[in-house]
Amino acid sequence: MNRSTFLKRFTAILAKEFVQMRRDRLTFAMMIGVPIMQLILFGYAINSDPRALPTAVVAAEATPFSRSLVASLEHSGYFRIDPTAYTASQAREKLARGELMFIVTIPSDFTRTLERGERPALLVEADATDPGATGGALAAVVQAANTALAHDLTGPLARLAPGQDPFEVRVHRLYNPEGVTQYNIVPGLIGLILTMTMVMMTSLAMTRERERGTFENLLAMPVRPMEVMFGKIVPYIFVGLVQVAVILVVGRYLFGVPLVGSLTMLSGILVIFIAANLTIGFTFSTIAKNQLQAMQMTFFFFLPSILLSGFMFPFRGMPGWAQAIGEIFPLTHFLRIVRGVMLKGSTWAEVQPEVWPLLAFMGVAMMVAMARYRRTLD
Amino acid sequence: MSADAAIAVRGLNKSIGALHAVRDVSIEVRRGQICGFLGPNGSGKTTTIRLLCGLLTPDSGDGHCLGFDILRQSAAIKREVGYMTQRFSFYEDLSIRENLRFVARMYGVPRPNRVVNEALERLGLTKRQKQLAGTLSGGWKQRMALAACILHQPQLLLLDEPTAGVDPKARREFWDQIHLLAGEGLTVLVSTHYMDEAERCNTIAYLDTGRLLAFGSVADIIHTSGLTTWHVDAPDPIALATELRRQPGIAMVAAFGNTLHVSGPDAAALNAALAPYRRDSSLRWTESNPSLEDAFISLMERNRATGSVAA
Repeated sequence: MNRSTFLKRFTAILAKEFVQMRRDRLTFAMMIGVPIMQLILFGYAINSDPRALPTAVVAAEATPFSRSLVASLEHSGYFRIDPTAYTASQAREKLARGELMFIVTIPSDFTRTLERGERPALLVEADATDPGATGGALAAVVQAANTALAHDLTGPLARLAPGQDPFEVRVHRLYNPEGVTQYNIVPGLIGLILTMTMVMMTSLAMTRERERGTFENLLAMPVRPMEVMFGKIVPYIFVGLVQVAVILVVGRYLFGVPLVGSLTMLSGILVIFIAANLTIGFTFSTIAKNQLQAMQMTFFFFLPSILLSGFMFPFRGMPGWAQAIGEIFPLTHFLRIVRGVMLKGSTWAEVQPEVWPLLAFMGVAMMVAMARYRRTLD
Repeated sequence: MSADAAIAVRGLNKSIGALHAVRDVSIEVRRGQICGFLGPNGSGKTTTIRLLCGLLTPDSGDGHCLGFDILRQSAAIKREVGYMTQRFSFYEDLSIRENLRFVARMYGVPRPNRVVNEALERLGLTKRQKQLAGTLSGGWKQRMALAACILHQPQLLLLDEPTAGVDPKARREFWDQIHLLAGEGLTVLVSTHYMDEAERCNTIAYLDTGRLLAFGSVADIIHTSGLTTWHVDAPDPIALATELRRQPGIAMVAAFGNTLHVSGPDAAALNAALAPYRRDSSLRWTESNPSLEDAFISLMERNRATGSVAA
């Protein structure tokens, strides 16, 4: 072999590869689209030291101190104070639903006790299901409270300011008091694994028929699109439930992850979540031209799902636009449900606001699939 | 449009992308007939078959298939039609029996097990019923496909090149089955490239570049072509063929061993062209009937010549 034949053959293959690349537009779009998406998500949306976390201040009375505490908490950047005046029980409910991440309670006689020099307690309750999300903020609480105090303790109260902290910050890490990471990861993994496998399996459903030539035969038979879709989806619901059972058992016995809430209710919601993922997979398979494209679409769906759902990075730490996009994905809602049920013992009333988006997502995906499903070879 | 027509379509047109695949095709096939669909590759045979069974929607044209409107009642047509695709389109990872059972259930056949057993028996597949379809050879695959097509007792079979790449014995057996089915009252429309198969049909439709060039019995088609044919035994057929092809009045020269088939559309012109060669004592001439193949090639060449003028 001499150099000129090497060059000829090498350039022949090179040219052929470029021609094929140009014919497969979707792959080309993916190669450009994925890095752009990752750059934007990692660069703007994701924050491993999340700030502006939703916080409620439950103050029995509006005192100058409570006002300046709110101001300095906000000033720290870690907290976004909900202006609504919640009662203690309302705030706890919101915390259970995941709409709030912190409750700061100022006891009714806080100012008076402080003035007497008796070191009153400031109660901070945190949703610690995700220890990573709350760590930075909790460290900032004491600092913020002290700043507020330094501002207020003037005049006759100035004597309280120096030396030992004049009050105590009592932190309650709810739902995961020891801050075990696995408590957060294992329920999340249920959602992650189901999203990946379910979408992938059904996204291949129709494209495989098409590639193997069996699609033409299927079309020639008197079968309705709905029948095909349900027939393709339902088997994987069982596969998904088996996966969940494995994760739950392993999570329980290897990592001691608790299941506080109702297993029956969780199973019911799991079926909905699995079906939502299977439907979007089926929708992809009606759009993709071949199995490779179906896999690429799965990946394109999966990537923002893990990044924006709150699985990898705290949801509440993302900017508003990223949270809004995150709300689209079934995984986002499912994570709130599964963490709620397993760690917080959430009831139906608490999780049901997250179930409707799953059903809505599934409904839209089904409509797209039915609109895209071709009954003819046209 | 006669009442006993299984297929009666008029003026079908279909474009696929930039290609005008089917142009103004009108066909009428009576019930119980075997209609052969012939034409070169890409002539529109498969597209026409797909239009008939509702897999494609025609751009224009209308008609009926088994009394159902091909535009509006494709669901009803699908239930009464057995369609065998050109490419094997059953599940290679299912056994013969599993494939047949699946098809039977898709058509909602009552007592699917019994029906599957009968079909297996009929096509001699009983012993192989547990074999995976993907491991079958071409001939057996075609048998299985035929078994699957007749499970739901269709009234019309659309077979798209069912015997392509199948050995002669399997082909013969396949056609015996088709004749049996036609004898039971099924209408069969079958596309093929084999002349012997074409000759086993009641009627033949010949397509080229999407146009229906001829429609009728074998004799009709040969008559339509208007060819006159001579056979000649020659010591050096290749050289003679080259020489003859240059003569005006001779449209086609085809070699079959040491015999040449020489044809032309105008008998007088052909005879004039051949006159000098007739006197050559080393050549033995016999007047003959043009074959179906001669007729087809002549029809195709004339179509292409006029087609290119029109374009």
